[in-house]
Amino acid sequence: MKVKVIKSGLLSTIQDLGRFGYRDLGVPVCGAMDTNSAQLSNRLLNNNKDDAVLEMTMIGPKLQFDMHSQIAITGADMSPMLNGEAIKNNKVYNIKQEDILEFGSIKSGLRAYLAIKGGFITDSILGSRSYYMPMTSANTIKGDDFLPAISFNNDLERTISFSKLKTIDFFSKTLNVFKGPEFDSLNQYQKEKIISSEFEVSNLYSRMAYQLSPLIENDLQSILTGPVLPGTVQLTPSGRLIVLMRDCQTTGGYPRVLQLAEDAINLLSQKKERDKVNFRIAEL
Amino acid sequence: MKYNLKYRQFNERSILIEWPSIIDENMLQDIQNFKNVLFNNYIKLKVDIISTYNSILINYMSTIEDIYDEIIHLKTIYSGIESRSSIKFKLWEVPVCYDDEFGIDLEILSITKSLSKPEIIQRHSQQIYTVFFIGFLPGFLYLGGLHESLYLDRKKSPNLDIKKGAVGIGGNQTGIYPQNSPGGWHIIGNSPINFFDLKNEKPCFAKAGDKIKFQPISKDEHFLILKDIESNSYKPKCISI
Repeated sequence: MKVKVIKSGLLSTIQDLGRFGYRDLGVPVCGAMDTNSAQLSNRLLNNNKDDAVLEMTMIGPKLQFDMHSQIAITGADMSPMLNGEAIKNNKVYNIKQEDILEFGSIKSGLRAYLAIKGGFITDSILGSRSYYMPMTSANTIKGDDFLPAISFNNDLERTISFSKLKTIDFFSKTLNVFKGPEFDSLNQYQKEKIISSEFEVSNLYSRMAYQLSPLIENDLQSILTGPVLPGTVQLTPSGRLIVLMRDCQTTGGYPRVLQLAEDAINLLSQKKERDKVNFRIAEL
Repeated sequence: MKYNLKYRQFNERSILIEWPSIIDENMLQDIQNFKNVLFNNYIKLKVDIISTYNSILINYMSTIEDIYDEIIHLKTIYSGIESRSSIKFKLWEVPVCYDDEFGIDLEILSITKSLSKPEIIQRHSQQIYTVFFIGFLPGFLYLGGLHESLYLDRKKSPNLDIKKGAVGIGGNQTGIYPQNSPGGWHIIGNSPINFFDLKNEKPCFAKAGDKIKFQPISKDEHFLILKDIESNSYKPKCISI
């Protein structure tokens, strides 16, 4: 049983909760950028929370199903259509053989998630199906790919209602952060500037990192290469704030001034070029 | 020797442990001992650990309930570790072809350092390097021990297309790119072997604390080893235990 990719969309990848336990070999954790939305799509279908979903970015794919199943779409509103008719996010739909799912223009957020009953069952490498080369053989889905999934008799299942699930407001600008290990190397002026400024997502934003403007002038020394995580905010000598995201490397040498809380990584994942953000320091 | 460690929560589910900010082989031993004991202690409750020159970052599967309890627990584990290591470290021989075809920046290095190419190759391959940790890319070894006469600041702008196996020098470090990647180091050769191989139960043959020695090989030998790797008949060479 499978889902045929007719068009791939801009950047569509299979993701679960990531590769856990191999970072001491330099393996990035990966996984869904907006974990909250990805898990929500699985919960709508009573899937396991680590079942693999399709993460779609800005321009969605066109897909055809060759079996009966159920699907749910969450995250960004990319105007989904089932057999040409508009359908909604955060709702369960029954799928029949030959059905076609496609997407239109983006209304909110950046990344949408498609869950299918039982999850996508592409290759699991080091405990995860998350696309990342060279762990997986591809970086994105491509036209004419077949994504394996199970078939499901879709008349029987009772599904969870949307009202019980927590979603995030993609228009919110505030990112909750903790002080990073090198936060106190900043002077008072720099600290205040980081806390009180509004930042803009630059044209460099990806699953690996988001770069923010404006620059924070500084003369911080680089550190001995040390551990970094998704959500670590590095400050470069040129003053650039770089927020590392899910596909980031495991170690880095720039001062780590802030660390995004998990909900802030999810929120930032829904931001694109020119979107505004600010930081709010929270206590751990 | 025991170090005075700093513990701090890094995010909802991770704790950063820091040693003094130096690069030191005795400290590496201490860090690796602690890391191993942690992996053994947390077999049921899975953890993901990043170790570097002077840090360990422990990532838990879920949110840390009580940070004070957890840090006390970690301190107790650390103080209970015998300072003599039980970990066995290995010395690996890594074949490297320093031919101009691969060593695209040998010329620049030779001019900047006023050393002939054979001198550079001799100085690079005579050292025994220590693996301090694996980071940056899957299977990228952070090596200590580069001969001082070969130190060279990394390039101002990175080369976007460094080939898998490229052996480079960046500042006081040397290393091998385990996959095609952008990078700012000066490339002096190429190793045909895999530093990260999903076919093996342990994808990296080397681990932090192990030693590496580079063995210069010809272009023909480089080609033959690549063939052996394709047919799965190559094993990384361990020259002493």
